[in-house]
Amino acid sequence: MLRVDVEKQLGEFSLHASFTGEGRVIGLFGASGAGKTSLVNMIAGLLRPDRGSIVIDGETVDDTAAGIHVPTWRRRVGYVFQDARLFPHLNVAQNLDYGRQMNRLAPDPAQHKRIVDLLDIGTLLGRRPGKLSGGERQRVALGRALLSKPRLLLLDEPLGALDEGRKLEILPYLMRLRDEANVPMVYVSHDAAELRQLATQIVMLKQGRVTSFGGVKVLT
Amino acid sequence: MSEISPAEWTAILLSLKVAVIATLVATPFGIALAWLLARRDFWGKSLLDALVHLPLVLPPVVTGYLLLLSFGRRGLLGGFLADNLGIVFAFRWTGAALACGVMSFPLLVRPMRLSIEAIDRRLEQAAETLGAAPWKVFFTVTLPLALPGVLAGMVLGFAKAIGEFGATITFVSNIPGETQTISSAIYSLIQTPDGDAAAGRLVIVSIVLALGALIAAEWFARRATARLHGN
Repeated sequence: MLRVDVEKQLGEFSLHASFTGEGRVIGLFGASGAGKTSLVNMIAGLLRPDRGSIVIDGETVDDTAAGIHVPTWRRRVGYVFQDARLFPHLNVAQNLDYGRQMNRLAPDPAQHKRIVDLLDIGTLLGRRPGKLSGGERQRVALGRALLSKPRLLLLDEPLGALDEGRKLEILPYLMRLRDEANVPMVYVSHDAAELRQLATQIVMLKQGRVTSFGGVKVLT
Repeated sequence: MSEISPAEWTAILLSLKVAVIATLVATPFGIALAWLLARRDFWGKSLLDALVHLPLVLPPVVTGYLLLLSFGRRGLLGGFLADNLGIVFAFRWTGAALACGVMSFPLLVRPMRLSIEAIDRRLEQAAETLGAAPWKVFFTVTLPLALPGVLAGMVLGFAKAIGEFGATITFVSNIPGETQTISSAIYSLIQTPDGDAAAGRLVIVSIVLALGALIAAEWFARRATARLHGN
């Protein structure tokens, strides 16, 4: 469960959003400049709200009134960025293992195999990120985030940098993740069709405000 | 041209020792400062930046004199270090290393700073979301990606240190076997009748060392670029 009630002033732009998400995939929908990425960055702890609170899975990670701000690296929130942001000096296997090492988690070969199979990245393990296609990179980024065993997965337009063909290549993987990975997600997109396929709940954002909230039918 | 004489070898080996120690000691400070200048905003940052670059533009004899005033036997820092830690700089090879370290510091820091600035901060953010605390981000992402730049800085600093003359001779004089580096040996030789051949040999050694260092620094810079693109 995710509860967000935050205010943030970013230059001329003011963000004031409040919602409670229960679904497996909360779709954050809005045009570019609506404040989607800022909102997700606040959930990840990369951006600090001016006022308000964020509760993930019962833990208060931000509460300005109480002076609480849990730093990003202690939030156990996975983040898949539009640009995969794989570590260029590590190969795919090392990228996948990074989160486990940083969190000092015991190796979990079963989980590792399940995710690698789910994303079809078994043949890429020895390669460097520079030798991957855009779609492959994004699949590895998904795997890397999942293998850090997050309690919430944030996806900020993960298909945004891909062309139409690549999008269709990744979409089935995302649907499998939703159905099999057992991690709640916040999925950011400006593409209604994408969200109709993936989301179980929609938060519609317009110029920094939540304008509607509910099932996928609010997209129509 | 004949063989390199034992006295010349002494100067060459002393130069190498002084430059290696100066570079190794300066490197951790250089990395810390490069990171600070590349990644942090704080009050007095431009002043600190100017101070780091000062030895580059100040007459070397001024830097040497300031070192003598502060690290000499009767200097504020020199007296303290000699009395409490037994570290003496005045007229010792350690003083030559200190002078070389200070003089080469701007050249050592610059490539390190540039390579840290060139690293995409969003990679560091990604590391944080994967559970890495800031110091872990530094050691697992920032430093490995900056490594070619760090090495390039070390090579350039080393090359500058091995050729340093003005500050060294002002601070620790020109004592054969203790503080007489290649540069001060050449200076003595060209003032001696019949010193031309020996001076010529040392000049060639200097050119070879400097050229080798520049080529190495260039090679590391190319590696840095390749590394950042993940090939």
